[in-house]
Amino acid sequence: MPTVSVRLPTVLRPAAGGQSSVEATGDTIGDVVKSLIAAHPGLETNLVDENGDVRRFVNVYVNDEDIRFLDKLDTKVADGDEVAILPAVAGG
Amino acid sequence: MAVYDSVLDLIGNTPIVDVSQLSPNPKVRILAKLEGQNPAGSVKDRIALAMIEAAEADGTLSPGRIIVEPSSGNTGIALAMICRLKGYRLKIVLPESVTVERRQMLEAYGAEIIPSPGGEGSNGAVRLAQRLADENPDWVFLYQYGNEANPTAHYNTTGPEILRDVPEITHFVAGLGTSGTLMGVGTFLKEQKPEVKIYAVEPPSGERVEGLRSLDDGYVPPVFEKWGGMELLDGKRIVRPIESLEWTRRLVVDAGIFAGPSSGAALAGAVKVAQRIDEGTIVFIVCDGGWKYLSTGAYTGDLEATAENLDKIIYF
Repeated sequence: MPTVSVRLPTVLRPAAGGQSSVEATGDTIGDVVKSLIAAHPGLETNLVDENGDVRRFVNVYVNDEDIRFLDKLDTKVADGDEVAILPAVAGG
Repeated sequence: MAVYDSVLDLIGNTPIVDVSQLSPNPKVRILAKLEGQNPAGSVKDRIALAMIEAAEADGTLSPGRIIVEPSSGNTGIALAMICRLKGYRLKIVLPESVTVERRQMLEAYGAEIIPSPGGEGSNGAVRLAQRLADENPDWVFLYQYGNEANPTAHYNTTGPEILRDVPEITHFVAGLGTSGTLMGVGTFLKEQKPEVKIYAVEPPSGERVEGLRSLDDGYVPPVFEKWGGMELLDGKRIVRPIESLEWTRRLVVDAGIFAGPSSGAALAGAVKVAQRIDEGTIVFIVCDGGWKYLSTGAYTGDLEATAENLDKIIYF
């Protein structure tokens, strides 16, 4: 199963032992998120809603592309891909 | 050249320049729309004027009234210029994490600055402005993130200008802040030419934002939701500060365009698109000039050190 690195924003680091980047495994982003939550259960309520979907104010990126415009949780990942999780932020 | 009655008449109708020397694909043209040519120096002149005119037309705004608005800089500067000319008092809620030039320009036009905590970024400025507007019902809150005049200004002006000047356009790339540019231009282009693809770029600024209790404190502008951003956009990517800087410098050195770092981010997005397609014509937005970023060392400083500086400030 592919292993990817997952970058976490400041706000989520306490739930992952203070780390800014962790490893996770899976063939899709959905599996990666599951493996992340299994290793760091404190992340669960921050990342997904009761239906298992990514929460509204959370953006997930694979190699810098937002998965909402790819195949969402079914987006495939490959070994060594970089996943980033960020809160949605305004500009202007 | 005509003689204009007011600097406000100079807003919009910005030029487009071919910068295909920066394209990684000889069959893909890359064109830059120079919004820094607007009189207060950014794309935000368009929406600031449109929001004020809309508020005047519906009676919300009348002489002597006070306007409050959260802004990381450009919208505030544009409003400050217009309010100075029209006689409105303006209070800008400005995150402390912006460049000194942005603050100085607001002061030059006579706006009052209400600082918001730098660590909370733009989201913190929006929250504080919302609170101040609730506490002071006599103030006029334009709220660019939810004001229909914002995307509508781009639907009515920026979009038609692009299609008029570049009827062969295949892709449009712009930065995502309030989403007004992307929603307005994107909606117009897809109505006129449904095959055009619309791409957003954004900085990874959520990585460092502090003061969030959870990710539910994140923020999606109402404009993005009302204009169907999820369906309208064909892709969205983050461009990191170092990549933004590299492309900002290429714009200066290879095309002579002195632009701010968010324009480099948009160009980075355009280059990614150019690598993926066989042929086409990409238009991207140069949203402001480089003047307001000189103090960051963006153009001549050590690349990695400057990128680290940029990571701590708001430049979108």
